[in-house]
Amino acid sequence: MMTIDFRRDPINILLLAALLIAGFFLPSWLRFLLQMAVAGGLVALGVMIQMRAGLVSFGQGLYYCIGAYAVGMLAVKMNVTELGILIPAAIIVTAVVGGILGLLLSRYRDIFFAMLSLALSMILYGLLVKAAWLGSTDGFNIPAVSYLGHVPAQAVREDWSYILTVVLVLISCFAVARYLASGAGALCDAVAQNELRLEYLGTSARKVVFIVYLVAATISGLGGALAAIAMGHIGPEMTNWTTSGGFVFVALLAGRGSVIAPVLGFFLLELVRTYALDYAPNAWQMILGAVMLAVILLLPEGLWSLVRRRSAK
Amino acid sequence: MSDNTPLLVTENLEKSFGGVVAAGNISISVGRGEQVAIIGSNGAGKTTFVNMVTGYLTPSAGSIRYLGRDITGLNPRQTARAGIRRSFQIAQLFPQMTALENMIITDIAASESKGSFRARSLTDARMDAAMALLKRFGLEGIANEPAGTLPQGVRKQLDIAMAAVNDPALILLDEPTSGVSADEKMEMMDSVIQPLLSDDATLMFIEHDMDIVRRYARRVIAFYEGQILIDGSVEEVLADDKVRQYVIGGVAHA
Repeated sequence: MMTIDFRRDPINILLLAALLIAGFFLPSWLRFLLQMAVAGGLVALGVMIQMRAGLVSFGQGLYYCIGAYAVGMLAVKMNVTELGILIPAAIIVTAVVGGILGLLLSRYRDIFFAMLSLALSMILYGLLVKAAWLGSTDGFNIPAVSYLGHVPAQAVREDWSYILTVVLVLISCFAVARYLASGAGALCDAVAQNELRLEYLGTSARKVVFIVYLVAATISGLGGALAAIAMGHIGPEMTNWTTSGGFVFVALLAGRGSVIAPVLGFFLLELVRTYALDYAPNAWQMILGAVMLAVILLLPEGLWSLVRRRSAK
Repeated sequence: MSDNTPLLVTENLEKSFGGVVAAGNISISVGRGEQVAIIGSNGAGKTTFVNMVTGYLTPSAGSIRYLGRDITGLNPRQTARAGIRRSFQIAQLFPQMTALENMIITDIAASESKGSFRARSLTDARMDAAMALLKRFGLEGIANEPAGTLPQGVRKQLDIAMAAVNDPALILLDEPTSGVSADEKMEMMDSVIQPLLSDDATLMFIEHDMDIVRRYARRVIAFYEGQILIDGSVEEVLADDKVRQYVIGGVAHA
């Protein structure tokens, strides 16, 4: 099976769609977990596509946080609570920031890229923690939002929010699958494996990296915006290194074979974390660590390689 | 531009590193469809010359014209876009991809439609074309093998096949048979030269093995200490006393 061929990935996205539709009928705590996981899954997907280009972003929380704060600040400071404005605004803000920082970061590779992305996310963390007008470390609450002018009643608000998240996550997955099947997406692997050869074939590796960075930033910003709307609360921990590390964890755990892998992977991680916290409140991090170790040792290509192996037969 | 415009013209090309002149006074003119061997002992300036033509090194002096256009100082990406491709002494592949994927990625990366990545999407037509090219180079049997696991000789063949994607006008092969065992050299050259020539490509190759030079070149340029010693037909150059003394003798004792 080809590793660079993403043309059939939309079939997997339909599978994800079916799962998420079924998820609508889950108990509300579990459905909320699923909703937050797929919103965060977009950020993990952003990390995953950069990994295809050989780049590990230890600061993807930056865009998760910017997307969330774009929504939060518009809603609280400017009283804009219309989704039709909030979501596009979050996307535009993260795309602009991603475009500017992408010009810088596309020059770096390996550990330098990882550390720079981490440093940039921690700069925002430092700024937010000092910003008393944004609630410092506590962050702030976001009021209920309107869906194209309609404000859903309290009782069904969570339903609306779930549907919004699912629809936008699925659209993003389709968009990313399309991107990965395009020349720019296919060449990510070439950057990771032999940049010199790529240049000698007439393609700019920097351009390929810039595009993947921009795509990753944008979907991460959307993920942050969706998480902000779902939670009704945001805080600077969204750009803390522990959050970013979680996205890297998921991307590694899930694998790079499908756009739905990190999205589902995030949900699996949240489930393991929830149950580990339940059963072993003092040792849950150890359990997560053991899971990670097991996946790296037994499935170096991530959990998705199990699915691939089955379909290859 | 008439068809008589030489493909590649260099004038007084020079490259010095600090005070050391690695190559100097290199003036050549190569026409379309020529098969040129570049010979010379180690350090004679052969690879420096290829690196200047392909944009890896910026010449210290002199000029390079390709199809009448000044390409002096362009980077490898720009020379590739202009239509010059090269293979490498140590095969430069995408090691975790299969041989077929290497060809597909090469096609996408070298695609004519500049800028637009949408127009360079992975398509069945692209995959078929990549497979057809692998077949022409006799590599269809290893299409689904990861490139990194292939034997050295096959890796070199694949490296050369990649340089031929999208029919470039000028292909420079940097020591195509180095690292290939003596018994396999001829067979390997047979398998790559024929498909390259059927495209009317102009070939320049660096080579140490004079049997291969005799068989595949129509013209030989001999380098010695950064200068061109002699440039002429195969018989003329290989019979030259200085070449016998400095180049062929040098190789035999190296």
